Amino acid sequence: MLRYLSRRLLMMFPMMLGITLISFVVIHLAPGEPTDLQTQLNPETSVELKERLRSQYGLDKPLLVQYGDWLWRLVQLDFGRSFSQDHRPVGEKVLERLPITIGINVLSIALILLVSVPIGILSATRQNSWFDRFTTVFVFIGFATPSFWLALLLMDALGVRMALLPISGIKSMGHEYLGPVEQLWDVLRHLILPVFVSAFGGLAGFSRYMRSNMLEVIRQDYILTARAKGLSEGAVVYSHALRNALLPVITILGLSVPALIGGSVIFETIFAIPGMGKLFYDGVMMRDYPLIMGVLVIGAFLTLVGNLLADLGYALADPRIRNA
Amino acid sequence: MPETSTAQPVSTRGFWRALKGNSMAMAGACIVALMFLMAGLAPFVGPSPEFIDVSLRLMPPGAAHWLGTDDLGRDVLARILYGARISLLVGFVAVGIATLIGILFGALAGYYGKAVDAVIMRFVDIMLCFPSFFLILAVIAFLEPSIWNIMIIIGLTGWMGVARLVRAEFLSLREREFVQAARSLGASDARIIFRHLLPNALSPVLVSATLGVGGAILTESALSFLGIGVQPPTPSWGNMLIAGKQTLGEAWWLSVFPGLAILVTVLGYNLLGEGIRDALDPRLKE
Amino acid sequence: MMRCVLIVLMFLLLLGCQKGEAPDSGAGKASGKAEAQGPVKGDTLIMGSIGDASNLLPVLASDASSSDISGLVYNGLVRYDKDLRFEGDLAESWEISEDNLTFTFHLRKGVKWHDGAPFTSADVLFTYELLIDPETPTAYADRYLQVAAASAPDPYTFVVRYDKPLASALISWGFSIHPKHLLEGVEITRSPLSRSPVGTGPYRFVEWLPGEKVVLESNPEYYEGQPNIKRIVYRVIPDESTMFLELKAGGLDYMGLSPLQYARMTDSESFKERFNKYRFAAFAYTYLGYNLRHPLFKDKRVRQALAHAINKQEIIDGVLLGLGQVATGPYKPGTWPHNPDVKRYEFDPEKAKKLLAEAGWTDSDGDGLLDKDGKKFTFTIVTNQGNDQRTKTGEILQRRLRDLGIEVKLRVIEWASFLKEFINPGNFEATILGWTVPIDPDAYNVWHSSKTGPGELNFIGFSDPEVDELLEKGRRTLDIEERRAYYHRFQEILAEEQPYNFLYVPEALPVVAGRFKGIEVAPAGIMHNLIDWYVPLDEQKYAR
Repeated sequence: MLRYLSRRLLMMFPMMLGITLISFVVIHLAPGEPTDLQTQLNPETSVELKERLRSQYGLDKPLLVQYGDWLWRLVQLDFGRSFSQDHRPVGEKVLERLPITIGINVLSIALILLVSVPIGILSATRQNSWFDRFTTVFVFIGFATPSFWLALLLMDALGVRMALLPISGIKSMGHEYLGPVEQLWDVLRHLILPVFVSAFGGLAGFSRYMRSNMLEVIRQDYILTARAKGLSEGAVVYSHALRNALLPVITILGLSVPALIGGSVIFETIFAIPGMGKLFYDGVMMRDYPLIMGVLVIGAFLTLVGNLLADLGYALADPRIRNA
Repeated sequence: MPETSTAQPVSTRGFWRALKGNSMAMAGACIVALMFLMAGLAPFVGPSPEFIDVSLRLMPPGAAHWLGTDDLGRDVLARILYGARISLLVGFVAVGIATLIGILFGALAGYYGKAVDAVIMRFVDIMLCFPSFFLILAVIAFLEPSIWNIMIIIGLTGWMGVARLVRAEFLSLREREFVQAARSLGASDARIIFRHLLPNALSPVLVSATLGVGGAILTESALSFLGIGVQPPTPSWGNMLIAGKQTLGEAWWLSVFPGLAILVTVLGYNLLGEGIRDALDPRLKE
Repeated sequence: MMRCVLIVLMFLLLLGCQKGEAPDSGAGKASGKAEAQGPVKGDTLIMGSIGDASNLLPVLASDASSSDISGLVYNGLVRYDKDLRFEGDLAESWEISEDNLTFTFHLRKGVKWHDGAPFTSADVLFTYELLIDPETPTAYADRYLQVAAASAPDPYTFVVRYDKPLASALISWGFSIHPKHLLEGVEITRSPLSRSPVGTGPYRFVEWLPGEKVVLESNPEYYEGQPNIKRIVYRVIPDESTMFLELKAGGLDYMGLSPLQYARMTDSESFKERFNKYRFAAFAYTYLGYNLRHPLFKDKRVRQALAHAINKQEIIDGVLLGLGQVATGPYKPGTWPHNPDVKRYEFDPEKAKKLLAEAGWTDSDGDGLLDKDGKKFTFTIVTNQGNDQRTKTGEILQRRLRDLGIEVKLRVIEWASFLKEFINPGNFEATILGWTVPIDPDAYNVWHSSKTGPGELNFIGFSDPEVDELLEKGRRTLDIEERRAYYHRFQEILAEEQPYNFLYVPEALPVVAGRFKGIEVAPAGIMHNLIDWYVPLDEQKYAR
């Protein structure tokens, strides 16, 4: 187990190297130079500022050297300073927003698991029943729904017309004046819609996946054996089939982290949530190169971590790996 | 030259029968066909989608304009029909690109194995680490948001699944007798790949491609909604939803119909794709 | 298990059906209390802002969100009053020498910075030096570089001398004065004041939650008296439609409406009860600019023909829903530099066709498109992404010109690319853009022939010797009548030459929650007397 773990950890390094390389290439493929921060129609700032920034950021050096420099600074967790007008360190800006995005994604994953696992099991055990057909249709629709459209419709119905839920931000206006429990509840209320929208597509996919996994497992011989042994249906389903069906789901969850993070751009923009997705979008619109590179690297790193956790979970659950 | 034993898990006739028997898949196929029809009919139905008449602005669905008009007085139905063309175009080109790249990488990895496989699979793993939407955003915003750039970028960030599928197929097929036979007869690598292995590996690719069209349409509409996809005045379902957003709570027909169009279309492709997958999978047949 | 989950979710939803803010405590509801007569203090004004501020040091920031906020935190020496006339701010009075070269400002005494330190002329001198310092990445240095000498002979006097008269000199001293004691010796881009400003203004900075909100509190020591509204919160909602929904839901008290929202979505009885809408012409205009170096647009007749081919009122009705007026030049109608008598081009496609024919453009091959010497009349309009109005304007223009036989392509490009690849290098055919109109009419940087280099503001390449002379004279005299004559003649030439087709002047459409009283629409807008707004005691919503 430990060997497995350490091997996985070691593998992360070359992966990170590849990630940084691709991030660097993607940015520098773009036409123009990073110092073209001419975002105002203002001649006053251009010339001297441009020259100064060029040397400051080492843009007059060959590309390989630039990559090396950037990598070296990355290792020291220095992501450089944002090109936007506040000139703050990129690391700081991202760190501010990261907990929110991660929080929403974690809640999404929890919601997905909470809902799709039972649906998947029920659909598999009651295959072709009314329930199964209904949820299948529902799940397909969920898969095909554009998340931003869903967000708009929900915002209108639940947020405005029925005024049940808040429609933007993560805190209410008077948040600082509430007690700690109320504060937590306030934040949770704000997160209900974004988490739901974020998880919606995943819900569909996972229910389906869970169902097909369960179906596959149920047909396996060892289930037949368990049934033959006279175990109750409940024991068959829940202690035998479920554990094995769950394993691939955990891995897939890990693989869905990039999709969740990427999707955060849309709903963070619509619900005005100050998360990493929105930060990235703004950075892209403003050609804030250090920020863009930083977020790409961090986002990919998060995915790596997600994968690692998923693999760990898998390893823990599967005795074959656990005892290796 | 011995005949290549196709050794497909499912015979072609069996495949069609299974597909036709699957009612959901047929529903999907109908939707897809409908979409092609819409795209084809577009120039012949109703007023031009570009016809601006400000006095007709924001009319609810009615006799003259079945789906209402938008904020510049343009007919929504006409724009949705034209939007179908964009969606079709984007879907097929983007998926086409992704599939081609995926096949290339997957075939190379699966056939040559060892070092080539390791390198390519590392590359695939790394690419899979990036939130693809982030990558697409970053690249599109630097290039100009044009429909061609979008298609290419979506394709360039969506090939990984296909690559894995093709690689898996190649790995398993590589050791089969008909391949050994072909090799012992002196067939070149390229010939083996293209004539023998590839046709057999295509079934999962077909599934992936069909499902991919839906995904590409969703991605394109999200990008257009954010303003960096298809640019006005060209109607795309995604950029029509921008007007819907601005009139939320008022002109519901501007939000509902384009979104519904996306939903139904992607649903159609998904159903069809799933149906194809089910029809191809012998294990699920009882 | 599903059922359990559903029940739990419903339970949570029901639990949460209360609004978030701390409710009114003890301020008395409805008619119980005696009605407050006249202005009282208290309550919070929540303003919606599309973008988060980037930097609250005025010298460093040029985005609107930052300057809106710092405008409440800092003061300049002078400012415009509600009728757009000069009045003193931190300067009680001032004298201008006979030759218009020397300005002597007499500063107010007893003004304090928000941290208690006294405001003196040393701060003014420091601000000036900061502006002209080459190490300061500021966009505003231009006018201050024309100062020959500046001095602070005593703590309440500031003297500045120019080599040549500069018409906009006076208003340039409306720039926010920065605190010397907090910024001296510090590298300006690293100063903590970027994130937590200290000024002399009516509102003090409280906190800034990035991406969420900026909170300001009224300054009890403010020299004009403490503002009535106790707190102002800028709430960041990056999406216009979401902001509107938030307004309707009661989470915002102020926002700028889009024409669509103003005209079609805010007329219900309940909305009118809760909010007041205002409209007045904005200090901005939108135009179609022609690249005068391009062969298509070199001929004046072509430009004039296009002016006859475009129906500006249709654009105003279509894009602004009627909430705007036709523009004829670069100044706002109703202000003194504006010349209402310039040549107008009525919408007359026939006349347009004739003019084009004169210039050699006819449909010689009967394909519906105009052509000349074998080339078709087709061009591309570029505009920037993110501005819906410009895009819609382009779409309407496209259609009108198509009727005439001109094929127009529309390209919408992301802002940074747009500037870098198209505008700055002069690499475009026509563009739809807008300018804000400063109150001082000096238009040198946009229209003088010396400003046509890459990256400069006269990117269409306009060059007219008479205009050059008018602009030079206009900026060098302080006599309003003289300037008016120059700028009027300037507009006559622009109207004749049509280097831009000046399309429209949009209206500003702010909406404010009804409980705020004392709002007055004036030539300067409605924010001029923000410190006098108040909410009657029994209507106050946020008690702190």
